[in-house]
Parts: sequence; C-alpha cells; structure tokens
Amino acid sequence: MKFRAKINDVGCLNHFTRVVNTITKLTKACVLRLTVNNVYFVLSGKVANGGVSMWCELLQVNFFDEYQLEGVSADSNEICLEVAPENLSRALKTAQNAKFVKIKLTKKHCPCLTLAAELPSLSSVSRVVTHDIPVDVIPRRLWHDFKEPSMPDFDVSIYLPPLKTMKSVVDRMKNLSNYLVVEANLSGEMNLKIETDLVSVTTHFKNLGNPPWADDASQGGGQSRPVEAMAHARVDIRKLQQFLNGQQVNPSKAMCNIVDQRIVHLILLQEDVSLQYFIPAVA
Amino acid sequence: MDCVSTGGNVKVLAKAIHSLSRIGEELYLEPMEDGRYQAPPDQAFHCKMPIKSVQAVFRSLSSLERSVEKCRIQMNSEKSRLTITLHCKHGLLKTHNLSFQDCESLQAVFDKESRGNVLQAQPRLWVDTVLHFPPSLEEVCVSVSGERVWLKNHVEDDADPSRAMMTELCLSSEEFDHFAISSQNSITFCLKELRGLLTFAESSGLPVSMYFDDPGSPVVLSVSDSVLEANFVLATLSEDSHQHSHSNSKAERCKAQPPPDDFMSDDMDSYLIAMETSELAVPSYEPAPHPCSTNHRARLSSTRQEEEEEEEEELLDRPPSKKFCSLFFGSVLPASTQLTSQTTRSQEVLASDSEDEGEKE
Repeated sequence: MKFRAKINDVGCLNHFTRVVNTITKLTKACVLRLTVNNVYFVLSGKVANGGVSMWCELLQVNFFDEYQLEGVSADSNEICLEVAPENLSRALKTAQNAKFVKIKLTKKHCPCLTLAAELPSLSSVSRVVTHDIPVDVIPRRLWHDFKEPSMPDFDVSIYLPPLKTMKSVVDRMKNLSNYLVVEANLSGEMNLKIETDLVSVTTHFKNLGNPPWADDASQGGGQSRPVEAMAHARVDIRKLQQFLNGQQVNPSKAMCNIVDQRIVHLILLQEDVSLQYFIPAVA
Repeated sequence: MDCVSTGGNVKVLAKAIHSLSRIGEELYLEPMEDGRYQAPPDQAFHCKMPIKSVQAVFRSLSSLERSVEKCRIQMNSEKSRLTITLHCKHGLLKTHNLSFQDCESLQAVFDKESRGNVLQAQPRLWVDTVLHFPPSLEEVCVSVSGERVWLKNHVEDDADPSRAMMTELCLSSEEFDHFAISSQNSITFCLKELRGLLTFAESSGLPVSMYFDDPGSPVVLSVSDSVLEANFVLATLSEDSHQHSHSNSKAERCKAQPPPDDFMSDDMDSYLIAMETSELAVPSYEPAPHPCSTNHRARLSSTRQEEEEEEEEELLDRPPSKKFCSLFFGSVLPASTQLTSQTTRSQEVLASDSEDEGEKE
C-alpha cells in the first residue's frame, strides 16, 4: 500500500487548503478515501455526530501534479484512512508559499500521512518543514460504511440563496431556537422557520429556481407534485449553522434537496470539487 | 531611584514590560548606580510587584506613542512605593502609584559567552520558524549539527504518541547571521518564553542570539544593542529524558545531507498484512516505555556574578514545579560624561536627552 502525491502549483495548493479548511469546520474526524482518480473526505452518519453525513469528492488530477497510488490490492485499488482534518489544515496553513508540497503515506511510530513542504529561504538551501499526521488505516471489511451515498428520493430540489445571506439568517435564528424548519417547493420558494412558545420567525426566499432534475416526473413516486406544495424538514439548527460557517469557497452551484420530514440534503458543486451534506430531520 | 526616559524609549520600555508579562507574574526591579552593580547588599535595594500593575500603566502602546513625551520612575523605599509619572502632551500628567514588596536579590548565574553553541539570526527568521508550531505547543526541541538546525515539537511523555502530530522544520546554517556549533546537540525548552522574547525583538528589529550547551544546561536567548540588553535564561530538559526521544532520529539525520526523496523506505505493506489479520482495526505498534520523569531540571547556581554589565530589572518566575524560567532585562548605560555629573542617587534607565533631571529625591 503506497501513496504519494505532489502539489507544485500555488493556486492548487490554496484551493486544496480551502477545501480541507471547510472539512475541518464540519467534523473533527473523517475518513480519507484515496482512489486512482479521486480523493474523498467522508463522514458516515452515526449517532455520535447526530446522524449527519458528509461526502466531499475531489478530482485529484486538478489538484496534484504528481499522484501515485497503490491500493490495498489489485482489485481494491484504494486506501482508506481515518484522519483528523484539523491536523491537515494546520500542516497546510504554513505551507501556502511553498515551492511544492509532498504528501505521502508513511509509517513512523504509527501510520502517518507525512506532509513535506519546501519553503523559500534566505539562503541557497531551502527550508523544509515536515508534518507527520497520525492516521488509522481502515481495513477493507469496513469500507462499505464509506461508500458514495445514493441520491435520496427527494420531494423537492431547489437552488439555495446566497450562502452568506443564509448564514446571517440562521445565525440570528439560533439565538431563539434550537430547531429550524427548512421548507421549499418547486416554484423556487424556500422558507426558513423557527417557532417557539413566544415567537415564530420565518424568512422567505423567492425566485430561487429549481434544478432541472426536479421536473423529472419519476421523482415523487410518479405523481407530479403540485408546484406550490412545500416539502419540509425540521433540523437541529446547529448542524445547519456548522455547514454554513464552514464555507470558504463560493460554489458555482448550491442546491438543497428535501425529503419531506426526513432529510435535508445540501449539495455544493464546483469545477473540481463537490460537497454533499446530509442533515437528518428531527421530530 | 529617580529616572527618566523620553520619546521613543518609553515605547521600548513598555514593550519590554509587555514581553515580560508573557513570561511570569512578578516584576523585579533592581536599580543600579551608574550602570554598575554594587556589591554590598545593604546599599542596594530590590523590589518586586505584580507585573500586571506595571503593565496597566503602559497598556496602550499606540497612545503612549502618540501622547507621552516623558516617563519618570521614582522609587520610595520608605513607603514601598513606585511612582510612575507619564508626562503627556498638552501638559497632562498621569501619575501612577504602585506598591511593591521588598525582597531578596535574585540572580541566575550564567555566562553565555562560555556556551559551546551559538546561533544568531534576525528576529524574522525565528518568528517564521515558530509560526509552524501551534500556539498551544508548550515545548520545542532545537537540534543542531554541522550545517543544519532542526526545530521540532516536543511531545510530553505522558501524552499518547500515536495521536500527536509531529512537526519538524529544517533550516540551513546559512540562514543564520552567526552559527557556531561545538558539537551535535539537541535541547528542549519552553516555546512560550521564546515567543515572548520574539515579539519584543521583532518590534525592535534586533537580532536574537541563542547560547546553549548540553541538554539540562540552561539556554540563554539574548538581544542587545547600545542601550539595552535582554537575556532570557531558560531551563532545558535534562539529558536522560531527552535522549530517549531524540537519540534515534537524530543519529539518522546527522549522517547525511537533506534526506533523499525516498518513498521506498516508507513501506506500508508489512503493516497492512498485520492489520488485515488482526481482529480489530487498531494500529499494531506498542508505545515505547519512557522511564524518565517529565520534570525539567535547571542547573542554575546562586553565587553572585561579577560581570561589568549588569541588570536594571530582573524577573524571576516562581514557577510551578515543572518549569523554571528566569529572565534578565538589562539596560547598558552609555559611558558618557553627562552621567558622571549625576550624584550617586540618580539613575538613568535608558538614554535620555541632554537636559538632565537635576531634581533629586
């Protein structure tokens, strides 16, 4: 099992760093899946993290100038590691002006992801900073927990309003309630609602637009859904806030799929990277 | 004691206080006469006070710079009072009266010139290297060989080594203004104090020197120019607890030039085989036993020193049992004629303008 990769381009390095910083804000520990074509950061929904799950997919060729992988075996040509993304963030943070950054799987006192950066220096000899990030190798028999999530059978799919706006709304609502209802319909309308004994607050977004697949009649069990009908899900507001807080990159597309009273599925798409975040509904 | 500092020197004094406040909780003031240490203890007196109260006087650096023209420090030993008067623009006078406690003189004996290893570099270099370590990191290990300097984070013996992220920075000796190494060596000391010194050094633009010997022996970090000298004396981890963690990796490193780009040596296969055949998904290593204690032991003796250039202020941190740090921040007085005209009771803290303060207590 071998892995080594190199980033030469400062733009790619910055982009990769921002992705890792986003993941760091979402979870303390996650699984890093390395395949020949992709790098994935995966969090599988468990009770411990409130049932939230995350799937972040990067096209490796758009980040790494060199990438060599020898997986666990010929037919399972991938590597699965459990890692604390914060360590990766910290290692990348001080390497932003590096000439290049190398990442490789090593065995020190335990399996590690070693990040080595060659930094500019005052002399002819470069400075080298090396970070050994401890990881856990995940054996093959557990890999089924970290497979790509299937698209849920959603009732409504809608484009999100600007994330900054959503964030400021949700931040204020958090002061009033622990739970928030996300609802949307196929007319491009979305509401964020909170309701307590004393007060209820709703923020309305209009003209958001619905992604094309929402028109597919096969969704929603063959019956075309009335465009005004809202699908809604009540979620823990902190989970939504955490998602919105972590965003460092402006996505080219941001969408939300809602399975009525079940899941809020957030999707952020960019050219080289996609992020999916599933927040389960609470009663 | 009655001394005055003016203009930009007030800001330097304030920065020094702020820097010291990051190291310890008490400030010891020891005025000198004409820049020389008076041997008979009954003539000199020493005082200590909580550093926070002194820091409060110099709290805002920007407003000091903007409005303070002169700072006068007077010590009244009968009333155990230190009076700091800030003469500001528009005739405004701010007077702070601080109480102090008399105390014994505390000195750490160190002779930095006799240290076998010296590194000196611009503060920027030190700041850039320290940046790679998280703010929470307590201790750093500095290793030197013929042409290289390594800094790495030190992991406490009782911490779980499998979970700690290890960071190491390798610098070439060419980056240092002065690099004199007598032997390969490795010392571990508190990063926090180094950071404290660096904020001061960076603002003054003075190069920082590091003098050290073997592990266990104190390391002296020093900045100096014509009007001031600051020496931070820090304890280092002693030999036995130190060697265990570092001897293996150090030996490998010191053999060769920068390690070749060799991925082959980090083979995961044997590890993987062990993993697949085991019941549970846990790493198969065993943590090595660490037989030594984590207490730092400083070797500082208490005999008096006879150096010419002495200290105006001392700070000795009465620490928790693990750490012992002491710091000396001194002012070197210029041997100028204007001083000889002063009576023995007046002191100059830092270089003042030519109008001397004729008023005496």
